[in-house]
Amino acid sequence: MPKASVTFQDVGVTVTVPAGTRLIEVSEKVGAGITYGCREGECCTCLTRIVSGHEHLAAPSVLEDQVLKNNLAPRHHRLACQAQILGGTIVVRPA
Amino acid sequence: MAMPKIARAEGAVAIGAGVHWIGAFDPDLRSFDIILRTANGTSYNAYAVRGSAGVAVIDTVKANFAQSFFSRLESVAGYDEITAIVQNHLEPDHSGALPELLRRAPAATLYVSHQARTMLRGLIDTSAFEQRIVSVGTGDTVTLGDRELLFLNTPYLHWPDTQCTWLATAGMLFSGDFFGCHYCDGRLFNDAVGDFRSSFEYYYANIMRPFRTHVRQALDLIEPLPLQTIAPGHGPILRQDPRDYVRRYRALSAPALHAADSRTLLVFYLSAYGATRRMAEAVAAGAESVGAEAGEVRVSLHDLEGGDIPSFVDLIEEADGLVFGSPTINGDAVKPVWDLLSSLATVDIRGKIGAAFGSYGWSGEAVAMIEDRLRGLKLRVPVPGVKARLVPTDEDFAACRELGRQAALHLLGRALPRVLDMASLA
Repeated sequence: MPKASVTFQDVGVTVTVPAGTRLIEVSEKVGAGITYGCREGECCTCLTRIVSGHEHLAAPSVLEDQVLKNNLAPRHHRLACQAQILGGTIVVRPA
Repeated sequence: MAMPKIARAEGAVAIGAGVHWIGAFDPDLRSFDIILRTANGTSYNAYAVRGSAGVAVIDTVKANFAQSFFSRLESVAGYDEITAIVQNHLEPDHSGALPELLRRAPAATLYVSHQARTMLRGLIDTSAFEQRIVSVGTGDTVTLGDRELLFLNTPYLHWPDTQCTWLATAGMLFSGDFFGCHYCDGRLFNDAVGDFRSSFEYYYANIMRPFRTHVRQALDLIEPLPLQTIAPGHGPILRQDPRDYVRRYRALSAPALHAADSRTLLVFYLSAYGATRRMAEAVAAGAESVGAEAGEVRVSLHDLEGGDIPSFVDLIEEADGLVFGSPTINGDAVKPVWDLLSSLATVDIRGKIGAAFGSYGWSGEAVAMIEDRLRGLKLRVPVPGVKARLVPTDEDFAACRELGRQAALHLLGRALPRVLDMASLA
């Protein structure tokens, strides 16, 4: 299975993950500062800054896109409960 | 014995040139949203603003008070004159009459914050007037001819959707729940009603305090305005010395610890036979070993048996890290831990560092249960907890010291970078 590398910059942890993993599946386990509310892509609590490698995440769904717009999310920000890792190297930190 | 009557405004009340209060009184309410006691009842404040080219209605009332609201509105404006409806906050006590108002005022456009759009659909059926909803942010305006309303995006006061609306020609801020309180008094203005200070403070402590970062951001927008009147969504209209209330919010929302270059770690524990207490001391010693001389980490130990929850909540609000020690008794952490961890809804704890430890007899579930609760409360839990069976060994104490040390390093941003494989994560 293709692998990817995701770094949670705020806690200095880099994790090797299988392609298809969502950020939520990893971030809590390493104690990263991304926090969650609804975990279903609606509340925007888990807004996350993609420091680099945003192109290695699956494109946002229509729902996620709408929530990002409604909450005035800056460029290269995603919902960690939704963002799915495709491959490559990604660096993230809490928004 | 009959209660003394308080004078109550029966009709719309002029609160400024071309501006009327058209809300409703609910003097008999004794509990609000389950969580608040309301000894003085409350008011649902709504306002009508008249311009040369239209009337704006700002907020409505709880549904079962709609009749009073419409009656007062009709006394100052015709429905065909209403060009704008502003909902500063969508909670049902402010939006209960909105669907009917939209039906009665077909020429009106509804202005809500960007964050309110999707929430609105969850509250009421918007299908009939979807085209009449405009979402607005800071700096957006709507004209009423000779005067205009300016919107300020002030989210999380206390829902994501909240906003304030500024009427520059009157120096009047329609602030939604911000600066509000549950205090029903028909004399309506802060210089005419009874002493409502305790209601104002209680409302802040229970509604605004969890969002104090957002409170400060909103104050940054509001303080430069030449305020003459604050017209909130509940309680007295603040026309006398409105800046006093702005200053009070600034003071209440300011951090109490001002040493920005140090971090605070609290170690809470309970102990039946001393094992968890000695583990707590080891955790604290480990944290103290990191940067203590330079004053970078201030560590304190607190026996949950010897204090009360409100003072612990005050400490937690200002702390950067929280470590909880509990023995496992009958497969659970002990009740005082849960009592404290279920009392934190009034303070902002998101993103603080959390950790757990404790001794146990044969199963030791408490540590993992506390860690799960800390994650649920949106804390970071980067350091695995420590469990010690019965009497802690030297190895257990060393693990506790390391837990404290690692927690302190995380607080200081000095934890060593780690590279892991996902398969190794529990």
